Amino acid sequence: MAEKPPRVLVRRHALVTRITHWINVLAISLLLMSGLQIFNAHPALYWGHASTFRQPWMSIIMVERGGEPRGQTAIGDLRLDTTGVLGWSGEGARGEKRAFPAWATIPSFKSLADGRRWHFFFAWLFAINGLVYLAWALIGGHFKRDLAPTRAQLSPRHILHEIGTHAQLKFPKGEAARSYNVLQKGTYLAVVLLLLPAMVLTGLCMSPSVNATVPWLIDVFGGRQSARTIHFISASLIVLFVLVHLVMVVASGAWNNIRSMITGRYAIETEARP
Amino acid sequence: MNRRHWIRGAGSVLGAVMLSACDRLNANAQFMRMLRGAEALSMRAQRLIAPRGALAREFSPADISPDFRANGSIDPQDVEYLTLKAGGFSDWRLVIDGLVETPLSLTLDELRGWPARSQITRHDCVEGWSSIGKWTGARLAPLLEKAGLKPEAKFLVFHCADTLDPSLAQGRYYESIDLIDAFHPQTILAYAMNDQPLPVKHGAPLRLRVERQLGYKHAKYVMRIEAVADFAHIARGRGGFWEDRGYEWYAGI
Repeated sequence: MAEKPPRVLVRRHALVTRITHWINVLAISLLLMSGLQIFNAHPALYWGHASTFRQPWMSIIMVERGGEPRGQTAIGDLRLDTTGVLGWSGEGARGEKRAFPAWATIPSFKSLADGRRWHFFFAWLFAINGLVYLAWALIGGHFKRDLAPTRAQLSPRHILHEIGTHAQLKFPKGEAARSYNVLQKGTYLAVVLLLLPAMVLTGLCMSPSVNATVPWLIDVFGGRQSARTIHFISASLIVLFVLVHLVMVVASGAWNNIRSMITGRYAIETEARP
Repeated sequence: MNRRHWIRGAGSVLGAVMLSACDRLNANAQFMRMLRGAEALSMRAQRLIAPRGALAREFSPADISPDFRANGSIDPQDVEYLTLKAGGFSDWRLVIDGLVETPLSLTLDELRGWPARSQITRHDCVEGWSSIGKWTGARLAPLLEKAGLKPEAKFLVFHCADTLDPSLAQGRYYESIDLIDAFHPQTILAYAMNDQPLPVKHGAPLRLRVERQLGYKHAKYVMRIEAVADFAHIARGRGGFWEDRGYEWYAGI
């Protein structure tokens, strides 16, 4: 029988998950773009407490080559020509010297002052939103019920199997789709408990007032310039996570996933009855 | 193929809409007033958790940056300043006035006789970089006690000798701090950097050090400290050169 298996709608995401998710989408997008604006004010990264201006470990600058302005991204000893995107935007006489291009920053034109206004406003929104989520997930049992991997899920064989099927973009069906698989659980937990908190803490470490109030915190990250570096790396990892997340959303049924994050209802295919 | 084109097209349209929407919001006075609300929140939160006397970290001499960067004015061309510089700042006076009982006028030598403090601290520019330097100068608190602040005095305004924006009549640098920072033990009027007289690019003969805030608060080329009840009447009224150009008055973050 080639009949389509019957589908049932299950309750997938709680209201708090859905609201905090979409606030996060807004806040993280604006934080990223205003953050790139702030980065553009000094497009170089260092390790330690102070800047070693001659030896940033990473920088995005404009260089002249054969009388032509070129964009150059340097990571360690690596020199990449990134003309048009990083270091030098646009073409010829209409080009502009800037690390990240206008389409990636808020505002699109150069303004550190405005970028900071956006960044700190949405940082508050992000932090409050995150605290609401964490408190609810901890007290309401979301972590324990939905995100903590089961013992069976943690067996190396199972994890390898999941990696294999994910790589083929094959996803669990039927009853197995009712809950998160082990890769989802691990990734979400890492983002929620490590990456996003690291973002907040390294951000706070760049505040000289916070440094004076909580002096030990900056030593966790190895100094203010290290904190700025880790802030940037964490932001890059969030971008990576979001890209993979979006690919997975599309590959495992875009409409079903998006609906479940809006209405909470998620369709699964029930197993054919005997 | 079709779907990919569609996604790419939708993505770039969405991106363009979002960007121009953000630029439009950025030009909207009411929206920007809302964003500015975060500054009051940050300041209140930080003042709430920070003990008044919490000290900025002090480093060891080995940590001093060999390449301490100078920003803003690095060689003022104001006639009055050039004259003072040519005379080795012997005619320079620090004036402390405004809402004080006893206005003061001090030479550099006199200032060196006041209770001093040395500190090796990290200087954080709003742009994102940091440099570590050693600063020696007169503590601000004893000077203020000598001048005697009137009860209505709420802020100190630092008037500087350098014009940073020559295109405007109000292009002189100035800054302001509140009394919590004014009486903080690490708030000093520095006349020496790394055991040498303060170099011109770092604000000779005198600069403010207010260690729990970003670099633009640390006014260089200080000429006059005015105690005020508010700073609405000064320049564009936001309490500092960069504040008048959109930056936060509270630069602890």
